[in-house]
Amino acid sequence: METMNSFLGPLAFGSTGWGDDLLRGAWITITLALWSMTLGLVMGLGLAALKLSRFVLLRWLAESYTLFIRGMPEFLILLIVFFGSDQLINASLSAFGSEARVEVPKFVATVAGLSAIFAAYACEIFRGAYLAVPAGQIEAAQAVGLSAGKVFRRVRFPQMWRYAIPGLGNLWMVVLKDTSLAAVIALDELLRISKLGGETEGRQLTFFAAAGALYLMMTLLSDLGRAWAEQRSRRGISGT
Amino acid sequence: MYQDLKFAASDGVCAGLSPVSGALFKKFCPRFIDGFAVTIELLVLSSILGFLLAVSLVLGRMSGRAVLSWPANVLVYCFRGTPLLVQLWIVYFGIGSFGADGLGALWVFFKNPWAVGLLVLVLNTSAYVSEILRGGLVNLDKGQMEAAQSVGMSWLTAMRRIMLPQAIRIAWPAYGNELVLLMKGSALISTITVLDLMGQTRTVFARNFDLNTYLYAAVFYLILAGIITVFVSVVQRNFSKSRLS
Repeated sequence: METMNSFLGPLAFGSTGWGDDLLRGAWITITLALWSMTLGLVMGLGLAALKLSRFVLLRWLAESYTLFIRGMPEFLILLIVFFGSDQLINASLSAFGSEARVEVPKFVATVAGLSAIFAAYACEIFRGAYLAVPAGQIEAAQAVGLSAGKVFRRVRFPQMWRYAIPGLGNLWMVVLKDTSLAAVIALDELLRISKLGGETEGRQLTFFAAAGALYLMMTLLSDLGRAWAEQRSRRGISGT
Repeated sequence: MYQDLKFAASDGVCAGLSPVSGALFKKFCPRFIDGFAVTIELLVLSSILGFLLAVSLVLGRMSGRAVLSWPANVLVYCFRGTPLLVQLWIVYFGIGSFGADGLGALWVFFKNPWAVGLLVLVLNTSAYVSEILRGGLVNLDKGQMEAAQSVGMSWLTAMRRIMLPQAIRIAWPAYGNELVLLMKGSALISTITVLDLMGQTRTVFARNFDLNTYLYAAVFYLILAGIITVFVSVVQRNFSKSRLS
């Protein structure tokens, strides 16, 4: 441990260095990405349902949402959510005559922004996956008397994942890297910690390179996880 | 000359928009237009340079020579595996922290946020584009390469004349997506003090804390995304036209 710490220098673990702080930052990065993906998946499914709806208005709403989100820089969306959520909530509080003022935590604002972005891309993937399940299977399920709900729950939904997982794996990589934007609004995730460390120690290149290496490690592990998930989602399917 | 042209265009656009613009936009219109111009300049330069670098990278990766393919693969992997923001900060704040003493003649380059931003955008987009091109190349029939070489073309000529033109056609829609991603990523250079559209927007916001500032920027970015989308689909239509003839 001693020799390792002297090798690491300012990146050492324990009270002398920033090693454990960086790892804590990396953990916040991962939790940010996990929360954003989870909420983004749920919102993405909802949006996909809107896009497949019979009603023009709902389809149009979902289409314009994805068009706007996908055409704007992630950074801009994050800033709008970060500064906008405070103003919106406080304005509605005063509209109800309340004197209370709230400040939305940075973590919550970031998750809200990132999951809104995730959902805009995920809904396209879900829509494609929904339509990719062969129509013959749906007809067969209806023919044996399954209700519409059961056709979805037992036949379509379980098979959608097989088509959706490659695209969702890509999105996970995107959201993992986009969490770094939270450093600009001073949320203590990996990049922000390494900025603080680098400025304090006067070794900015070392710290930013360390952050880069940690991100690289996270994406490498995610790549392995994605390969595993893709393989698992194809199990029992011949010819793929 | 070019600067004068930009100022004239900025004045013209702001004057033209003034009947329909609110007080906030009227006041800061030149800033928005100026930032918009910087963003477009960076976008045009980085997409062209990035494409050229991507072609070299993909040639290196496909060459089958470890001396060429290894460095290219490592570069692509590192740039695809880390956030763009980290890359920008490594080069501008990290390398830049050595200052005039440590960097010597290179300091002229590294103290200039615009140049650093352009460099990082070029490297970043070339990594993604080379991956897109590689996807197009591996989907082509290997027999074409063998046929080209058997009629006496060198590997490089065959790549240039036979393989890459087809790969670019296959990869064009994906390349269009990457252009939009590059446009959105370019907003991050405002964090290294470049006054692009995002940088100007943040400056204006810091003065008045009016959320509409960001909405104006959103409109500009959406216009840009629209232009890119139209450009990509026009080229795509040309591709399919020439395929028929």
